[in-house]
Order: sequence, then C-alpha cells, then structure tokens
Amino acid sequence: MRKSALNKWTDRSFFAVGLIATLTGLGVLLILLTDVLTDGSGRLSWQFLTSYPSRRPEEAGILSAWAGTAWIMALTGVIAFPLGIMAGIHLEEYGKKNWFTGLIEINIANLAGVPSIIYGLLGLGLFVRTLALGRSVIAGAATLALLILPIIILSTREALRSIPFSIREASYALGSTKWQTIRYQVLPAAMPGILTGTILAMSRAIGETAPLITIGALTYVAFLPASPVSAEFPFINLNGLSDAFTVLPIQIFNWVSRPQKGFFANAAAGIIVLLTITFLMNAVAIWLRHRYQKKIRW
Amino acid sequence: MYRLTAIILTAAIAAMLTVLVYAGPVVKIDGSSTVYPVTEAVSEEFQKIERWIKVTAGISGTGGGFKKFCNGETDISDASRPIKEVEVKTCREHGVEYIELPIAYDGLAIMVNPKNNWVDYLTVHELKKMWEPASQGKVTRWSQIRHGWPDTEMHLFGPGVDSGTFDYFTDAVVGKSGASRGDYTASEDDNVLVQGIATDAFALGYFGTAYYENNKDVLRLVPVDDGNDADGKGPFLPTHENVVNGTYQPLARPIFIYVSKKSAGAPEVKKFVEFYLKEASKLSTEVGYIPLPQKAYELARKRFEKRTTGSVFGGRGAQVGVKIEDILRREE
Repeated sequence: MRKSALNKWTDRSFFAVGLIATLTGLGVLLILLTDVLTDGSGRLSWQFLTSYPSRRPEEAGILSAWAGTAWIMALTGVIAFPLGIMAGIHLEEYGKKNWFTGLIEINIANLAGVPSIIYGLLGLGLFVRTLALGRSVIAGAATLALLILPIIILSTREALRSIPFSIREASYALGSTKWQTIRYQVLPAAMPGILTGTILAMSRAIGETAPLITIGALTYVAFLPASPVSAEFPFINLNGLSDAFTVLPIQIFNWVSRPQKGFFANAAAGIIVLLTITFLMNAVAIWLRHRYQKKIRW
Repeated sequence: MYRLTAIILTAAIAAMLTVLVYAGPVVKIDGSSTVYPVTEAVSEEFQKIERWIKVTAGISGTGGGFKKFCNGETDISDASRPIKEVEVKTCREHGVEYIELPIAYDGLAIMVNPKNNWVDYLTVHELKKMWEPASQGKVTRWSQIRHGWPDTEMHLFGPGVDSGTFDYFTDAVVGKSGASRGDYTASEDDNVLVQGIATDAFALGYFGTAYYENNKDVLRLVPVDDGNDADGKGPFLPTHENVVNGTYQPLARPIFIYVSKKSAGAPEVKKFVEFYLKEASKLSTEVGYIPLPQKAYELARKRFEKRTTGSVFGGRGAQVGVKIEDILRREE
C-alpha cells in the first residue's frame, strides 16, 4: 500500500517536472516574442519590406535581405535535400558494414558538430576561390548545403532504421527488387522522419551569419538577384545564381551594432520577418509530413 | 510525368550552361565596419543618380577586407587604419596596386557614467596606467589612478581584439598596437559597451564618438590631455573643432578607402570614387563622423586623378597623431 502511494506520488511529481520544463521553454519564447513584437511591430510596413538599406533608419528596408534569404534557403534545400537523402539511403540500405563505412559514419556524426564558421572557410576556399563562383548566391547556398548535409544524412538514416525489417522482407517476397522496395515501401514510410530532420536542419541554416560573412555575403546590396523566371526562351533565368546577396541575419546584426537608436527598431522588425519566414517554412514541411503520414497503411 | 521532369531538368541544365554569367557593372566594396556607415550613405546617394551601376558593400573588418582586396576580389576596401606591411606584401604578390584616400576622422571617446563626479579629465599617462598589460589584476581601484579619487573598484569596458579601434587605442595610449590588459569587459558590439557604462557608476570605457552622440543622456564624456603643449594646452574634448585642428590628440584617427588602380580604370568605379570624395564631407557628418578639412579632400581628389599608388604611411599600420593634410602635402 505504501509502495503504491509512493509510486503515485512519483508519477505526479514527474508530470509536474515535465510541465515546468515545457512551460520554461514556452515562457522564454513568449518573453522573446513580446519583446521583439513591441520593439519592432511599429516599424513593420509595406515600405519596410520593399526598401533597400539606408543610412536613415526610417527609410531603411529589408527587401534585399529577405529576398536573399528566400533565394539562399530555396537553393540550399534543392542542393542538400536530394544529396542528403541519397547519401543516407546508400549508407543505410546499400552500404556494407565494414571499417570503412564505420569511418564514414563517425566522420558524418562529427561533421554535424563542427562550428559553422569552419564551413564558411571551406566554402570560401572551395566554392568562392577554387571553383571561381565568386561571392554569389550559388556559393552561399552550396556552403549552407554542406553545413546541413550531415544533419539530413543522420536523420534520414534514423528514419530508415525505424522502418520494420518485415516490411522490406514482405516486399522482396512479392518479387520486388531492392530499388523498388526502397522506392515504394521504405522511403514513403520514412518520409515523415526525414522531413522532421530537414526542418531542423533548414531552421539552423536560416539563422546562420558566420559562414555567409566568411564567404563574403554583403551588407549593403541595393538590388535583387535576377528573377528566376524570364519572358524569353528558355523561360528560366539563372543569372540570379551569380549575383551578390545579403541575408536577414546579416542585416539584423548590422543594425543592432549601429549607434543610432532608430536602427534597433529596424532590427526587431527584421527579426519578426525572419521568424515569419521560419514559421512558414516549417509549416510547409509539417504539411508535407502530414500528407506522407496519411499515405502509410500497414 | 517522369518524361516531363526529365525535360525540365535538361532545359534547366542547358540554360545554366548557355546563359552568360554577366551581371552588369558592379562596384565591389568590403572592409571595416567603422567605415561602413559612410560607404553605405555614399552608395545610397550614388544609386539614386546611377541606377544601372550596382554597388555592394560588406563588413568583414579592415583586415578581412584587405585580404579580399589584395586577392583582387574587391574594387574598394574600407579601412579604419592604414594598410599594414603584411598586407602591402600580399597586394604586391598579387599585383594589386592601390590608391589610398582618407575620407573622414573618427574620434575615440573616453566615457564614464554620469554619476561619476570625480573624473574631471584624464591624461594619456593615466589612461596608460589603466589599460597597459602590466596593470592586469593590479590596478583595479580609482584611487590608484590619481590621488584623491575614491577608493572604489574601477570597471573597464572596451572593444575586443578584432577591432581596428582596439589596435588604434592601444597604439595611441599604451604605445604598442595590441598591448592591452585582458581583464576588462570586451565586446565587438559598441552598444553593449554603452549599456555597460550607462548602468555602472564605477565604469570607464572607450569607443567611437558616434556612439556617444547617440547616447548623450546616459554617458559622460571625459576630456583628454596628451601632456604635449605644442599641439594645444590642456585637456580637450573630442569636438568637431578639436579633432580637425589637431588638439584632440592622440585619440583622433583618419579613416580610409583604398581603391584598386586596375579597378579605377573602369568607368563605374571611377564615377563612384569621384562621387565619394565629393560627398564624403556631408555624408560622414550625417552618420556621426568628423569630416576632413576641405583642403584634404582636394588633395585626395588630386591623388586619385593622378592615380598615385602606395600608402603615405609606409605600411606601418596604425599611426598616432597624424594630421592628414600634412601627410598628403608631403607627397605633392
């Protein structure tokens, strides 16, 4: 009797501790959001979203910054997503277990913990100088893609590992090849997990400043990368890839360090825009995950 | 479905290969974050007139800027100190010749909390006692700086070691660039320093005057005496006048842009630099710096016209107590 009373008490106190832990995180987030919203919401306007940087805080805007962030994030996804997933599939489904794959595995896990500025230096040496891509959108996106690749590979492998082996055996038993098994059984089932990992990785990349400053992302850019859609054949214009760019965190960082107080409100408003983009990005990924989850019927 | 994807992919790759990578005329600038506000202001005005010329500016620091500049990656480098010997060498190795142009003065302000009622002025000697490496852990109380000052703790605030301001201050006050005590609150973000001094009655710190101008209500400026009566007697405040006539020494420094000679041949860079020198006086004042005397801008314009390369500072990096027009005249 006493034992069970103690157990009940432990049960309740664990619930309380868990609740407190959750509320702490939420509370801090709430304070941060209120602070940023009170400081920045007054500055949020159409003019702010459609103007270029200026020395006068009230005229300055973040058009080049949010457009740059949108370009970089889209491209980073396009590069890192297929590469990461394919590498993950190879390591998990095809790779033989020997010392060599063991070595690769350890290295990938280590890479996930390397400080981001190191990736900036790699990007500067490899993409900007050796491949002569210059300080361009494509060099920035490739650098961030490298940065998040290990996280995507690791989460892909975790997701693949969580698929019961019996599913694969059933598929083989029906005469599927290995590729068919992966393509039609394993990958769709693992997709929700892979997407969760990708959300986390992309959210890390969107806030990065150090590697982009290292490869030479700029602060003052008063033009946009060329539009990807053109009116003439072949209707795709990739000039934008080689344009110079800036991103939201760099613009925010610059405003925070300026002496004029008016720039602080701009920085807060910039943070609101950055948060909104992150939320939108996550919302799309969660919607995708939901769609895939509905498809699984075992 | 698959065929469509394949066609789109092929088209995309084909487009990538055929589209000529040409972005139109661009003026590429990078370097000091101290000089950045002036460059930003000039670029902003320039692009109102020259819509088709793109100007880009970064903030990788004076040293980081020179690395890119000497590698031929940028047209113009912002610098809060003259070019150093190592940088001169790298530039020479890569065949990058440069035209050095001063654009404004930046005064370093010594700041205390408004509640501090004992510090009336400071001599350079006293500043040295506060900041030199030998004082680390030893000179920690106000009474150790001057007799009669309260026997309370002294809290020091200053920029971090990556900053050009740190290089200049240590050179001017301690006598050796980079020689500083380490036990002070350091931040690359000057607004953190402002906050620190504003909330601590026993604090003292140094940073650019622009930050004082925007925080006059929470900081008190301290006059500085360099002990050299030849350049004016007595302690001086970093006012516009004192900086320009050379009495606020040694804590006033010129800031520069370096233009690559090869880039200066391009019409867009030439136009931009000419515009920069024309507007520097007005725009540097607007963003919180002190303009050079008109004569100095004229000399700089001539220097650019003649494409005079090299540094008048001889690659010695930060130099203390220079009057820019004297140096430019030396070269005439």
